[in-house]
Amino acid sequence: MVGSMNSGMVERFFAGFDQQAGFEHGVRRLHATQMLATVFDPSSTNIFAPKGTPAQSILGLSVLVLGICAGIFLVVAGLLLYTIIRYRSRPGDENHEPAQIYGSNQVELSWTVIPILIIVALFLASARVIFVTQKIPKPATALDVVVIGHQFWWEYRYPKLGIVTANELHVPVSEPTHPTPTYLTMSSADTDHSFWVPRLAGKTDLIPNKVNTMWIDPEQAGLYLGQCAQYCGVQHAKMLIRVYADTPEQFSAWVAAQQHVALQVPSAAAGREVFLHNACVNCHTVSGTEAKGIFGPDLSHVASRATIASGSVPNTPENLRAFINNPSDIKPGVLMPAMHLNDRDLDAVTQYLSTLR
Amino acid sequence: MATHTPRRHGGVFDVLQEWITTVDHKKIGLMYIGYALIFLVVAGAEALLMRVQLAVPNNHFVSPQTFNRLFTMHGTTMVFFVGMPILFGFGNYLIPLMIGARDMAFPRLNAFSFWISAFGGFLLYFSYLAGSGLYGAGTAPDVGWFAYAPLTSRVFSPGHSTDYWTLSVLLSGVGSIGTALNIVATALTMRCRGMKLSRMPLLVWLYVVTSCIAFIAVSPLTAAQIMLVIDRYLGGHFFDTQAGGSAVLWMHFFWIFGHPEVYILVLPAFAFANEIIPVFSRKAIFGYPAMVAATVAIGFISMGVWAHHMFTVGLGPEANAFFTFSTMVIAVPTGIKIFNWLATMWGGSIRFATPMIFSIGFLFQFLIAGLTGVMLAASPFDWQLGNSYFVVAHFHYVLVGAILFMIFAAFYFWYPKITGRMMSETLGKWHFWLFVIGFHMTFDFMHVPGLLGMPRRIYTYEADRGWGGWNMIVSIGAIFQTAATLIFVYNLIRSYYKGEEAGPDPWDAWTLEWSTSSPPPSYNFAEIPTVHSRRPLWDLKHPDDPDTNYE
Repeated sequence: MVGSMNSGMVERFFAGFDQQAGFEHGVRRLHATQMLATVFDPSSTNIFAPKGTPAQSILGLSVLVLGICAGIFLVVAGLLLYTIIRYRSRPGDENHEPAQIYGSNQVELSWTVIPILIIVALFLASARVIFVTQKIPKPATALDVVVIGHQFWWEYRYPKLGIVTANELHVPVSEPTHPTPTYLTMSSADTDHSFWVPRLAGKTDLIPNKVNTMWIDPEQAGLYLGQCAQYCGVQHAKMLIRVYADTPEQFSAWVAAQQHVALQVPSAAAGREVFLHNACVNCHTVSGTEAKGIFGPDLSHVASRATIASGSVPNTPENLRAFINNPSDIKPGVLMPAMHLNDRDLDAVTQYLSTLR
Repeated sequence: MATHTPRRHGGVFDVLQEWITTVDHKKIGLMYIGYALIFLVVAGAEALLMRVQLAVPNNHFVSPQTFNRLFTMHGTTMVFFVGMPILFGFGNYLIPLMIGARDMAFPRLNAFSFWISAFGGFLLYFSYLAGSGLYGAGTAPDVGWFAYAPLTSRVFSPGHSTDYWTLSVLLSGVGSIGTALNIVATALTMRCRGMKLSRMPLLVWLYVVTSCIAFIAVSPLTAAQIMLVIDRYLGGHFFDTQAGGSAVLWMHFFWIFGHPEVYILVLPAFAFANEIIPVFSRKAIFGYPAMVAATVAIGFISMGVWAHHMFTVGLGPEANAFFTFSTMVIAVPTGIKIFNWLATMWGGSIRFATPMIFSIGFLFQFLIAGLTGVMLAASPFDWQLGNSYFVVAHFHYVLVGAILFMIFAAFYFWYPKITGRMMSETLGKWHFWLFVIGFHMTFDFMHVPGLLGMPRRIYTYEADRGWGGWNMIVSIGAIFQTAATLIFVYNLIRSYYKGEEAGPDPWDAWTLEWSTSSPPPSYNFAEIPTVHSRRPLWDLKHPDDPDTNYE
């Protein structure tokens, strides 16, 4: 059972690295191992399937380190196994003790010096990746994004573009010929968080009263998933990250849409009134209105996002309505209180938010 | 000398009084071990609940709040109220016997240290009843076992759950420092005639180094707990980021304790291996001076590696490079140990009794744990793997695969000395094989979700991440481990009543504890022994070819 699973797992593990995150499109399945494939879907967050420079250079180092460690394991485990079998007690051994050997300085020296040499080599390889990742100058073409961690969602601010959004980060694809990396300047509004999108880069912590930076440069358009990797409170698990790597055209269109105030649809006027006359405005901002709260996600273009509640559920009117009615149903521990709206207001405000594209 | 310890045969109250007021190192040692075993079962049950929750994606077996309490209590309990006391318990029991002494240097300090640590454990669990305080803000602590600031500040952690965590860890720290002091004093001043430091059993050497690490490492933790109490109740701002405090300061304080703590726990496991592997290979330990030197080296280097827990905190490339190097260096003395154990077995006549098969499991598993440690030391690799399930798998490989395996080996090895009866070998082998299967199902496969991007401390996960199947295997392994542990507990109890008589020296071993009766009388030795080599009983058994000719 385990053996047969194993081959399936390995197959799935190494297959389909280039497949896009199977989140929306469903996952291609091998016919013969259909059952196993359901259980062992290729992961959309596999560190061995990098799509950006930092993750790529980490993978290079990882392969080296894994290779050396595997070599050491084979040698030492092989010796152990040989010793255990070769020197096992045999019938008749009870009556006499084996030759007593107390040590040997030459042997001790050899198994001190060889590991030191291996360590130095591994250190130099690691140091190279540390410095090329953390100490290279920022190109002039880089995009700046400020990332602020909140319990339990992400705030993204594009200072030079005048955009504020939440939970879904849009960045341009970075072509090798014309690199447009995105530099993230990160801090936290409350507890510690950590930004981790495995296929793009290693993680960096977001710590209150401290500013950290990291950079990403997705080489292929698409959606990259990740999540908070530092325990930050009750709903640490549903503080999910979605990074959209857009083609230059897609990115310009997205920027243009975000920079405009969402159109006011007449049919949503009632919902707008509900929104503006309730506590919503204390925490949320909708550009072009008096709602200027900053404790919760900016909702100016909430309908343009694919998910709500930091990636917890798809952004459908049903989910949106359920979330507004009682956020804890969808995301227990969320800081947004239940709004106690009646059905009519709930429908109206859901409809209003669905127009904020 | 097969008599039991003279004991007043009174009612339950008399027995209770005898144990509560005792200052005998053996009784205190046994109380440490018993107390740790109870908490082992409790914290193991917590782990089992977590594994049920994580077996499938989007599970609703426990709430996020409950899950967060479970991993906090599991970690805190296993480190402070299982690992530390069980190892101190064996140390307490064995050290005076192995150096030919009648008790520890400070018997009353010994009793005090046990009771204050024990109180800490009960206080931690009392939080389930009292943690809500006046706020109704949750019961047991839910801040994680390393309790990063500012999650522990009153803004994010109202009520008293964090206070119970802080105070219980503080009390455990006081007890640990007391016992550490006692062990060092005992080893330095109480050795019998002829036992120079260079003839002291390796177990005692390793406990001395462990205790020295404990002095240096536990103190900053204790200081940090006091600072946290000042923050929470006296208007301090050490870690209060909203008033300009530093979250990173707490990390430094915690990990300058937290990493040496790993060595505080693993050195006693090495200590057991140093005694058990030679006896069952029928050979003297290979390279005694190198083993001592490697242990002292580990002690020193362990003080300079703490920030490898902080590679993602933003310390800068220079600090990351330094801690990468210092962490990798520790692999050198650790490697020396593995090679010396190998060389001890080489040319021997290996007997596969239960203590030895657990030790062999330990050797393979510790090798793997060390190698995944080297991977994590390469800081860029750690930027991916840090705080993921790969790390959880790595440190459980150390704590379970190495330390717990050697603790089991120590039980099977010294149980006959402690009770006068052998543990069942048949049940021992069932225990071993079931545990090995469970261990490898759980902790080998646990590395994979980490490589696939699964962070630790999440109460549930998305179905589309490809983690489900791996987590199911991990959870099934936990069932095997539970069954094996129940067999072990049954073996402990059954053998006490029905085990074969052990006699003073059932394993044909060489250190002084095997020269007295099983169980030893309260005064340990009728006459304080005199030794001439590292293996006094070898000299007695082989007067024609004693160790004194070679050392």
